[in-house]
Amino acid sequence: MEMTFAEKILTKYSGLKEVIPGEIVTVKPDHLLTHDNTAAIIQKIKPELDKYGIYSNSLPIIVLDHVIPASSEKTANNHKIIREFVKNNGIKNFFDIGFGICHQIVIERGLALPGKLILGSDSHTCSYGAIGAFSSGIDRTEAASLLLTGETWLKVPNTIKMVLRDNLKSGVYSKDVILYIIGDISASGANYCSVEFHGNIDQFSIDDRFTIANMGIEMGAKNAVFFSDDITRKYLNFIGISDSSYNPIYADKNARYFSELQYNLSDIPPVIACPHTVDNVKPVAEVSGLEIQQCLIGTCTNGRFSDLKIAADILKGKTINSGVRLLILPASKDIFEKALKAGIIETLVKAGGIILPPGCGPCLGAHQGVLAPGERCLSTSNRNFKGRMGCKEAEIYLASPATVAASALYGKITDPRKVIKK
Amino acid sequence: MKIWRYDDNIDTDMLFPGKYVYTCNTAEEIKPHLLEDLDSSFSKNVKEGDLIIAGKNFGCGSSREQPVIGLKFVGIKAIIAKSFARIFYRAAINQGLILIECPEAVEAYSEGGNVDIDMEKGKIIIDSKTFSFPKLPKEIIAIIDAGGLLDYTRKKLKRK
Repeated sequence: MEMTFAEKILTKYSGLKEVIPGEIVTVKPDHLLTHDNTAAIIQKIKPELDKYGIYSNSLPIIVLDHVIPASSEKTANNHKIIREFVKNNGIKNFFDIGFGICHQIVIERGLALPGKLILGSDSHTCSYGAIGAFSSGIDRTEAASLLLTGETWLKVPNTIKMVLRDNLKSGVYSKDVILYIIGDISASGANYCSVEFHGNIDQFSIDDRFTIANMGIEMGAKNAVFFSDDITRKYLNFIGISDSSYNPIYADKNARYFSELQYNLSDIPPVIACPHTVDNVKPVAEVSGLEIQQCLIGTCTNGRFSDLKIAADILKGKTINSGVRLLILPASKDIFEKALKAGIIETLVKAGGIILPPGCGPCLGAHQGVLAPGERCLSTSNRNFKGRMGCKEAEIYLASPATVAASALYGKITDPRKVIKK
Repeated sequence: MKIWRYDDNIDTDMLFPGKYVYTCNTAEEIKPHLLEDLDSSFSKNVKEGDLIIAGKNFGCGSSREQPVIGLKFVGIKAIIAKSFARIFYRAAINQGLILIECPEAVEAYSEGGNVDIDMEKGKIIIDSKTFSFPKLPKEIIAIIDAGGLLDYTRKKLKRK
């Protein structure tokens, strides 16, 4: 039987001959990602951990990123509990505060590889589809169970094939593509489904693919994947992973899809997700002129070197509007260092940017840039839910780094094509 | 029994704001903040045996399980929705909270209507109309019957 990517990978990991959508299979993932929530996870199973121990010390990847540096005694104590757990159990992949955002770390440290299966107690675990892995989010309770047993159940999903045709126009980026798609199919348009991206994907770098796969969950997808290709191979070689250390999985040519959608990329303008749902997407031009008080460039969606460079190219030699606070959140220490060496950080700081430590920052409203009632924030992050940045009477808009940088210059939502040199 | 009626796309930030995610973990700590940014009357007035009826994509967003733990703790008998987001759906199985996906029943319900659920037969009766919902697979029923995923895992570990 010809199979989709999800069917093939779940066949492999379940040890069955073939699987069909709707079937429930038991799998042993290659890795389990947890972050600051590791403290709550291990507290659920303390007696069992004492009695049985963890399944394997190479299964967990633990990254402290959500509230870093600690914002209170309670979050500081969470970090302390996690460090002790890591030490006592000899956890192989632990990244303390300052290394970066968990999803960025998993990719740039070569922990997600083509054909691998990774689960994580964070909804944006779906990001590793950028590299050709099958990855999906689970909750804390399931992560606790996985720590003990190394296995869990997955329902074989239906698969949606998305074919991306033609090329993006100047001023339009991968963030615009994924927002446009979510606006088209809705925030539940891919619910429970696996999404495969086909077509003209060699115009997308790993950074671009990361942004798109990261937001798979915002259309409800179980996972969202770009198949491993030359771009993937070159990226992995660059971070020191040889071609022989992984086995990519591809969908079969005649796989059966639940549905197929086609997008002509040259039709897509710069777009923006308006409050309070990610699928409330409009062309930037339709809301341009709206005043903003805070801008955020970064997060696991758009905090990579190429994102910071796009912003720096727009802001070079200029100063942001005095009515706006511009927060910059590099996705990792490595990205931060590279941006420092390239003069990008200097450009952004000179323009008026405030650099936050590599972590989740204000994206989830816990600290570092919480909004006030009546304020409006334009962000490159992935969610604009009511209250997401700590205040239910504030508004969050989502767009590309170019749109956010251009808007910071004017203090108003601005179409980036106004400032981008062609 | 009160029925709490909500719209489409009720996200995890509405159900339990992100600012409490790293400071509130126990059901008692979660309860006062349940649905805080959606319906400030909920946590004060919700009672054991109440139902939630909602639109599509209930529980979309984060992987946070506090809303599920909180809703189970306050005694929500079931959530009937047009559809649920997938991580929320798994989280509910893991805590043994009953979710029923039945768009027709949600459409048929109007304020003040009478709702009965027959889990055995997989039926919802709204006023005089009956709606069927698919039974859960046996693998999932085993988790719910064990009292949730952790109790299920504990039993599995003991057997080994």
